[in-house]
Amino acid sequence: MRVHQFDVVVVGAGGAGLMAALYASKKATTAVVSKLYPSRSHTGTAQGGIGAALGNLEEDHPEWHAFDTVKGSDYLGDQDAIEFMCSEAVRAVYELEHMGLPFSRTPDGRIDQRPFGGHTNNITGKPVRRSCYAADRTGHMILQTLYQQCIKNNVTFFNEFQVLDLILVNGVAQGIVAIELATGEIHVFHANAVILATGGHGRIWKITSNAYAMTGDGIAIALRRGIPAEDMEFFQFHPTGIYKLGILITEGVRGEGGVLINGQGERFMERYAPRVKDLASRDVVSRAMYLELREGRGVDGKDYLHLDVRPETVNKFAALDGRTRPDGSPYRVTTEELLAKLPDIIDFCRTYLGIDPIQQPIPVQPTAHYAMGGIPTNRFGEVVIDEKNRVLPGLYAAGETACVSVHGANRLGTNSLLDLIVFGKYAGLSAAEYACQTQFQTLPKDVADFALEQLDSLRRCKGEGERASTIAEEMREVMMEHVGVFRTAEGMEQALKKLRELKERYRNLKLDDCGKVFNTELLNAWELGNLLDLALVTTASALARKESRGAHAREDYPKRDDKNWLKHTLAWLKENGEVKLRYKPVVITKYPPKERSY
Amino acid sequence: MEVKVKILRFNPEADKRPHYQTFCVDAEPTDRVLDLLEKIKGYQDGSLAFRRSCAHGICGSDAMRINGMNRLACKTLVKDLGRGTIVVEPLLGLPLIKDLIVDMDPFFEHYESVMPYLVNDEPPPLKERLQSPEERARFDDTTKCILCAACTTACPSFWSNGRYVGPAAIVNAHRFIFDSRDRAAAERLRILSNQFGVYRCHTIFNCTLACPREIQITKAIGEVKKAIATGSLE
Repeated sequence: MRVHQFDVVVVGAGGAGLMAALYASKKATTAVVSKLYPSRSHTGTAQGGIGAALGNLEEDHPEWHAFDTVKGSDYLGDQDAIEFMCSEAVRAVYELEHMGLPFSRTPDGRIDQRPFGGHTNNITGKPVRRSCYAADRTGHMILQTLYQQCIKNNVTFFNEFQVLDLILVNGVAQGIVAIELATGEIHVFHANAVILATGGHGRIWKITSNAYAMTGDGIAIALRRGIPAEDMEFFQFHPTGIYKLGILITEGVRGEGGVLINGQGERFMERYAPRVKDLASRDVVSRAMYLELREGRGVDGKDYLHLDVRPETVNKFAALDGRTRPDGSPYRVTTEELLAKLPDIIDFCRTYLGIDPIQQPIPVQPTAHYAMGGIPTNRFGEVVIDEKNRVLPGLYAAGETACVSVHGANRLGTNSLLDLIVFGKYAGLSAAEYACQTQFQTLPKDVADFALEQLDSLRRCKGEGERASTIAEEMREVMMEHVGVFRTAEGMEQALKKLRELKERYRNLKLDDCGKVFNTELLNAWELGNLLDLALVTTASALARKESRGAHAREDYPKRDDKNWLKHTLAWLKENGEVKLRYKPVVITKYPPKERSY
Repeated sequence: MEVKVKILRFNPEADKRPHYQTFCVDAEPTDRVLDLLEKIKGYQDGSLAFRRSCAHGICGSDAMRINGMNRLACKTLVKDLGRGTIVVEPLLGLPLIKDLIVDMDPFFEHYESVMPYLVNDEPPPLKERLQSPEERARFDDTTKCILCAACTTACPSFWSNGRYVGPAAIVNAHRFIFDSRDRAAAERLRILSNQFGVYRCHTIFNCTLACPREIQITKAIGEVKKAIATGSLE
C-alpha cells in the first residue's frame, strides 16, 4: 500500500474534475485520480453545445436562460443555484474561448450559437439561439481544452486508478482509497479536501447513451459512507438515441431543423408541443415518442421513430413554421451546411446504421442519458448531508455526480456542459481554500480495509457462482422495462424485488481472473455493485414519489402535485440494503411554480 | 451467425510470451468487434483484458489491430471484415502489458512534449477573441483527434525509433500552430524540427489510413514541414 499526501484530491477527469483541478491547483497541491486517461472521459461525447445567453445572433438574457432552466426542471431546480449558473454562463464560455476552445464562428468572427430544446425567447416563446457549439463535438473540444490547460499548468494526474472508498475521519473527509489498474496496488490519497467528479450512472439501463465507464462510482462510495443521494428518481431519457444501440444523436439535429416523424409520416410533436414542437424539453419529447409507439405509430410497426434531417424535409417544415435566419431571411439549409455542422452524427449513422442522414431518415428511440440526481451540494460544490443542508467538511462534488440542484426534474440540453464548467470551477476554488487552512488528521491504520474487503469478497468466489454479466443484463432489462420513461407502482415494486434478488446473487460471483495486473474483470464486477446500489436507490426514490414531474412520469399519478411533492428526495442506503427516504424543500426565488407547456 | 475471433493473449503474471487463442462467438453482422470482445469477456473468459469506454468512436480507448489494421474495436463492424476468422492483436510499438492493453504513457509523453495548449499572454478582451470562419477552418481537421494512438502505432518510423514524437503529437501541434489566436507556433516548430520531430516522417501514409477520425494526417505533417522549411504559416 502506498500513501500520497495532497491538499486536494479530485476524483474523475471529465469536464467537472478537470475544471476543479485547474482552479484548485492554482492555490493548493492537487492530484487528479481517474480510472480513465482524461481524454477518454464521457464529457468528450457531448455534442450539441454549452448554453450561455451571449446574444451573439439575437436578443437573449441570462434571466431568460434562468427561467427556461427553472421551467425545464419542472420547478424542482433550486432557483438560487440556477440564477447563479445562468449568470456565470456568459463568463464561463468566454473563459473557455480564452483557453483556446475552437468554437464554431459567425461570419463576423464571434462564437456561433444554435437553438436547443427548451431554450426560448421569453417574450415570444419561440426557440432562441443560445447553444455555443463547436460543430457537433462541443464536449470533445471542452474536454481537450481543459486537459490541455491542465498539462500547461502541470496538474498531477494518476491515470487508470480506480477509486474504491472515501476516507472520513471524525466526520471530516480526509482522502480516498484507490487501486492502480496496471499493478493492482492499493494507494491511499490523504487529502484535506476531496472533490468527487465521477460522472453519471446510465449503465443501469439497457438502452443508454452512456459509456461503459459510467457506473456511478462517486455516488456509490458516498452512499456506503452514509452520505445521501438526492433526487435519484429523476433520470433523463434523451429522445434521440440510435435504434437499439442508444448512441446519442444530438438535439442539435433538431436545432438545425430536423424533425421527428412517426410511422404514418406525421410530424407528431405538433400535437404535444404546439409552440416549439420538436424543440420541446427532452422529457416531453421522450414521452411523446413512447406514446406514439404505444399507439402503434412506430415505423414499420417497430419500436422506433424517424429523425429526419434531409435538407428537403428541413426546408419544408422551416417554411411551414415561418422560421427565419437572424437577418430575417427565410431559414433554408443545404447539404454542405449540414455536413459542416453535423459531421460526427453523419459519421455515426454511416458507420453503425449504414445510412446517410442527408438522404435517409435516422431510426431513433429514447435512450438513458443523464442523472439529474446525485450527491447533494450547495452552489459552492460543498456536499450537504441532510434536510438542513449541513455541510460535510472537506467533501465536494461537481458535475453529473452532484445534485446542486440546477436541473431539478429534467435537464435542458446544453446545461450539463455549463454545470461542469461553473460548478467544477467553484468546487475547485472552495476546496482549495478550505484545504489550505486545515490540518491533516492522522489516518487510522485500517484505512484501506473497507475497500480491500469489498474486493476480497468478490475475489473469494472463484470457481463457482455465476457470471457478473448475467446479473448486469438482468438489471438493465428490469430497469428499462419498469423504471424507464413511464412508471407504475406495480412495475417498480417488481423491479425492487428483482434488484434485491440480484444483489443477493451478486454475493456469489464467478471470476476467471485472479491476477493483479489490469484485472478489469474484478473492477467491472465492483462497478456492477455500484450500479446495483444506485438502481435500488433510484427505484425506491421513484416508487415513493407519487406524482409526475419532469423525467419522472407515473401512469398511476399522472399530474404534478406541488402541494405534496414540491421537494427534493434524500435517500440513504443502509447496510442491510434498506433505503431510507427524507425530503428537503426546493429553493424558490422569483419564479413561482406554474403549469408547464411548450 | 458464428464468428471465430483469434486474439493475441498475454498474461504478464503467467506467460513467457504472447500466444493466440481462438473463441467462437455468436454475432450479428452489425455487431462491433468491441461487442464480440465484450461477449467473450462476459460469457467465456473473464480474464480477457482490453480498454473501452464510450463504444462509439469518440473516447479513443479501444484502438487495436484488427485483421492487421489499426482500428477502433467500437467502430469496426463484423460485416465489414469479410468472412473468416477475425484476428485481434494489441497495438505495435508501445510496450505490451496484458492481452490487448499496451502502455500508453510514452504516447502521452510525446503528446505533452509539443506544447499541446493555446499560448497567448496578451490580455484577453472582455468577450471572445475574434476568429473568422476561414481562420477557424484552417485547423478544423486536426481538432478532431481523439488521442487513440492508432496513427502513431501504425507508423514504421515510430516502430523503428520510439523517440520519434509520432503523427498524433504532430497533429496536435498543427492544431495550435495554425490557430490564429495562438502565439507559440515558432516554439512548436523549433521542437518539431529536432531529430525526433517531423523529419522522421517519410510520408508512408499509414497514419492517415489508420485514423478512425479520417484526419488528413500526412497532409497536416506536410504543412508543419513546410512551415519549418519556409518559416511561414501561409
